[in-house]
Amino acid sequence: MRRAALHALLSHWRRRPFQLLTLVLGLATATALWSGVQAINAEARDSYDRAASALGPAPRATITTPDRTPMDMAQFIALRRAGWLVSPVVEGTIATQGGPLRIIGIDPFTLPLADLPSGAGDDALTASFIGDTGPLIVAPETAARLAGAVLPPLIARQGVAPSLAYADLPVAQALLEMTGRISRLVVLDRQPLRRPALSDVAPGLVLNAPEDGTDMAGLTDSFHLNLTAFGLLSFAVGLFIVRGTIGLAFEQRRPVFRTLRALGLPARSLLALLLGELLVLALLSGALGIALGYLVASALIPDVAATLRGLYGASVEGTLSIRPIWWASGLAIAVLGTGLAAISSLWQVARLPLLAPAQPRAWARASESALAWQGGAAVFLALLSAATLTFGSGLIAAFVMLGALLIAAALALPLVLYAVMALGARLARAPLVQWFWADTRQQLPGLSLALMALLLALAANIGVGTMVSSFRLTFTGWLDQRLASELYVTAETDAQARALQTFLTGKTEAVLPIWHIDATLAGQPGEIYGVADHLTYRDNWPLIARTPDLWDRLARGEGVLVNEQLARRAGLWPGANVALRDWNPPVLGVYSDYGNPLGQVLVGIDSLVARYPEVERLQFGLRVAPGQIDGLRDALIADFGLPADRIVDQTSIKAFSLGVFERTFTVSRALNVLTLSVAGFAILTSLLTLAAMRLPQLAPVWALGVARRRLARLELLRALVLAGLTFVCAVPVGLLLAWVLLAVINVEAFGWRLPLFLFPRDWLWLGLLSLLAAGAAALFPAVRIARMPPARLLQVFAHER
Amino acid sequence: MNGKRQRSLRRRTLRGGYLPDQRWRGLVLALGLVFWAGGVLAQGFAGLGAREDGYAQVAPGAFDFPADHGAHPGFRIEWWYITANLTGEDGTEYGVQWTLFRSALRPGGMVDQQAWMGHAALTTPDRHFVAERLGRGGTGQAGVSGEEVFSAWIDEWAMAGRDIGTVDLVAQGPDFAYELRLAAEGPLVAQGKAGFSVKSASGQASRYYSQPFYGVDGVLTLPEGPVAVTGQAWLDREWSSQLLDADQSGWDWVSLHFDSGAKLMGFVLRDGGGGFTSATWIAPDGTPTPYGDGDLTMTPLERHRVAERDVPVVWRVELPARAVDVTITAMNRDAWMPTLVPYWEGPVTIKGSHQGRGYLEMTGYD
Repeated sequence: MRRAALHALLSHWRRRPFQLLTLVLGLATATALWSGVQAINAEARDSYDRAASALGPAPRATITTPDRTPMDMAQFIALRRAGWLVSPVVEGTIATQGGPLRIIGIDPFTLPLADLPSGAGDDALTASFIGDTGPLIVAPETAARLAGAVLPPLIARQGVAPSLAYADLPVAQALLEMTGRISRLVVLDRQPLRRPALSDVAPGLVLNAPEDGTDMAGLTDSFHLNLTAFGLLSFAVGLFIVRGTIGLAFEQRRPVFRTLRALGLPARSLLALLLGELLVLALLSGALGIALGYLVASALIPDVAATLRGLYGASVEGTLSIRPIWWASGLAIAVLGTGLAAISSLWQVARLPLLAPAQPRAWARASESALAWQGGAAVFLALLSAATLTFGSGLIAAFVMLGALLIAAALALPLVLYAVMALGARLARAPLVQWFWADTRQQLPGLSLALMALLLALAANIGVGTMVSSFRLTFTGWLDQRLASELYVTAETDAQARALQTFLTGKTEAVLPIWHIDATLAGQPGEIYGVADHLTYRDNWPLIARTPDLWDRLARGEGVLVNEQLARRAGLWPGANVALRDWNPPVLGVYSDYGNPLGQVLVGIDSLVARYPEVERLQFGLRVAPGQIDGLRDALIADFGLPADRIVDQTSIKAFSLGVFERTFTVSRALNVLTLSVAGFAILTSLLTLAAMRLPQLAPVWALGVARRRLARLELLRALVLAGLTFVCAVPVGLLLAWVLLAVINVEAFGWRLPLFLFPRDWLWLGLLSLLAAGAAALFPAVRIARMPPARLLQVFAHER
Repeated sequence: MNGKRQRSLRRRTLRGGYLPDQRWRGLVLALGLVFWAGGVLAQGFAGLGAREDGYAQVAPGAFDFPADHGAHPGFRIEWWYITANLTGEDGTEYGVQWTLFRSALRPGGMVDQQAWMGHAALTTPDRHFVAERLGRGGTGQAGVSGEEVFSAWIDEWAMAGRDIGTVDLVAQGPDFAYELRLAAEGPLVAQGKAGFSVKSASGQASRYYSQPFYGVDGVLTLPEGPVAVTGQAWLDREWSSQLLDADQSGWDWVSLHFDSGAKLMGFVLRDGGGGFTSATWIAPDGTPTPYGDGDLTMTPLERHRVAERDVPVVWRVELPARAVDVTITAMNRDAWMPTLVPYWEGPVTIKGSHQGRGYLEMTGYD
């Protein structure tokens, strides 16, 4: 019996292979986007973990200067000679031809080698590792990326964090131009019996408790949450398809269910069979989805890696490793999603009365109560969203708000459409037009899921598109302000820098020092920049908050400027004071600093030199008349002897910055396009499925004298009207989404707020695109109607239904 | 109490607090450290048994003091090695070791191409405390200066004084410390032929002298508190570029203080055959008499299981030319040094034709 029942149930898919394809593809796409995003996140997190445990799996206490500026090697020796078991570490990032590389210089004599990743601590550490000519130990993928770069010899070892190189202390010091200096001292376990207090040995240094090293994870959390949200959105859109398909398949099999039940198949067995069928489908589609997800993730991860590097300085290699955990989680989410999509259909089957009419009811009018329920849910979610916006804070709240908003909009869509149809029907005078509105309205329940998916995809598209374009507009304007100097030069040594200043006298309009030092600002790594008192800054600097006489006071050393990130994070707006090394200056203004993960403080150049005498004085911005740029560059190279790679012009920096920016949003855009295609696919499948069942509706209209060709045109028009209305609804939702992204999520994620700009031309394109998608989807069923033999239509009356 | 401490020491050892981390081995071997670790040689390591071009080679001749108390970076390896037999006020016997090793990473004698390694140990009848330090040359973290005043140091450990005859000796670990004053009561003694100590039949050799006549007083710090001690100490100074013959797998070395005031230094270099022996009889006035291969006999009488090795802890030592026939017994059989290159080193008591006490060192028991 069960076997026969199973056979009967499965025969449905044999007769409707396209429906099967829809189900499988819908589920696979949903799983693919979800698991692809998860794979990217997992890869990045693994990289952070490896980077965080670059020096030991368990964090150790460190000794540093109070603001973590470099210290002298002599302080290490003084501590060792006093009985403090400490190991020196010099750390920094250098630019190479193969991209940035984080260098960790270690002292293999004093650092327990168990602190290094197992690969690095092994045979790679030989006598040849030690000394000025020693190699760099890097991960194999990093070695591949750095091939051809001018660096010490590379030794590739598994287990080393990406974009990180271990080197012997003197090698690292030379690479980082920190000869004789170290970044910090690691305090080792098992200190000896007696040692003097730290303040007696090294009065200028402080002991820091072990830090988790999860800075990077914290810093990039927002980015990954962003990705996760996108994955979830795509998954939700995919689930709409699955829900629609499963619902249809169940509706269409109602006669089979009834017959099977009438033949004596217990309801429990029927349910079990259906559940088994869904499980197998979910697993197959899930597996397919994970494979697709791997492709998606592989395609996207180079951009993600570039973004994380450019935006946060986090090191993630642009390759993906296969992890069992996301196979498992991908399959789980596929099964879970299928279950979620099927639960109402299964519930109906379980409660199916034996003698209920066995008609497919795809076009049944939705009941008033169901609509009311849906409207209630939409209102509730909208209120929840508003409440979260008002009372919530943080990134999670922002995403909860966003999710509630989107679902509310999706749930409200059918109601809006019903209202429009009702209005249309009331305004219509001609009978055919009246029928058109009424019939469209009747079709809504079958199409609403696909339309909701389309709404979500369109809204996301408008929202993200608006955010990216607004950002780009702001960013390019900001770049113009910020990069006012025509040339930027970096000397190799202090002596060369002084010679350079002399050389440039009279050759430029101004030589503006751009000197900076790394420091701890509000408890996090940051940088302090010195600026000269010059019109370049007064005219151009992009301030978003200011106090009177700001530039004069800055030049006199009476205060500092902070960047927006730091201002927002630590509440350092004008009126507040910043805690710096033995200095507590007031904040004079706040400037926007897009694309910088670090907090930044701007001080007058004299204050910087006075308070941080150790600052490197190597970098300068040169103001030159536009016609003299090339000449000055040539003179710097030929006459002064500055290597060409130490001179950068404004245009290249802008190009580079825009490159980083574009990569940042490549992922968003790619996911966006995928989501939209999924939604388009949903419309297509829904229309195709419905078309087959619409004959009984069309036949009477045909019999009343409406030509097939005209009927077909009306079918096409119907799809276009629905898609167009959905698009109109999507615009405000998308703008709301853009606003949330710019004003709430960006502030939380990156620390800056951006103005919202509108781009109606983009919407026009998107609207045309969605009409085109709906039109294309409706075209095939319409053509079928136009060419349908009249006999088929007559059969509708012959078959007593 | 005792058992607990022993267990904790063992646990520490197992956890790797002292134990040479396997991953260190690549570095340690490459550093060319100073012991005849047989297994290392068997693995084909171009180590101490191999002649390497570029290093200075030892030659017979007179010492140049005080310069020779300092480092000889042109040679591959060198050490300042002190062992002390001490007695507390209650008569308890203690042993103390303080060693600084220098090993050149590359030929050329560059100061920053030197690796320094310090070992310190404190042995009581039932406990054995060990600490180890490593440092890079040329930074000031470790080094030796023989001119003007004498100073050898690594981190806060030091052997320093106005000359090598009067030095303070300081070292500590997480659970022990000592501060000792050493004053020479006799002359420096050249080992081998006027300080040229032959190590194998094929001619491997080192420059080697000793100060076996230190009188000692000072304080040991044990977990339960300070202990005032007095006793005697022995300094060995040795440097070479090629110490081992390829088939030599390790050595057993003794420094014995006889109650008569005479001293005996002796060693066996173990190889596939009967081994290579050498000894120096030091009269109470410091006059040395060297004895070549075969004159000294050392016979293991009893072995002890320590650190998963069977190590001889009771020996019969015979030097017929001086009518010496004694049995030396480890004061603490567990005096194992679980350092990067592990070995056994501890105080012994002497019974037989002569009475006294001394130190025993055994390497290459893998």
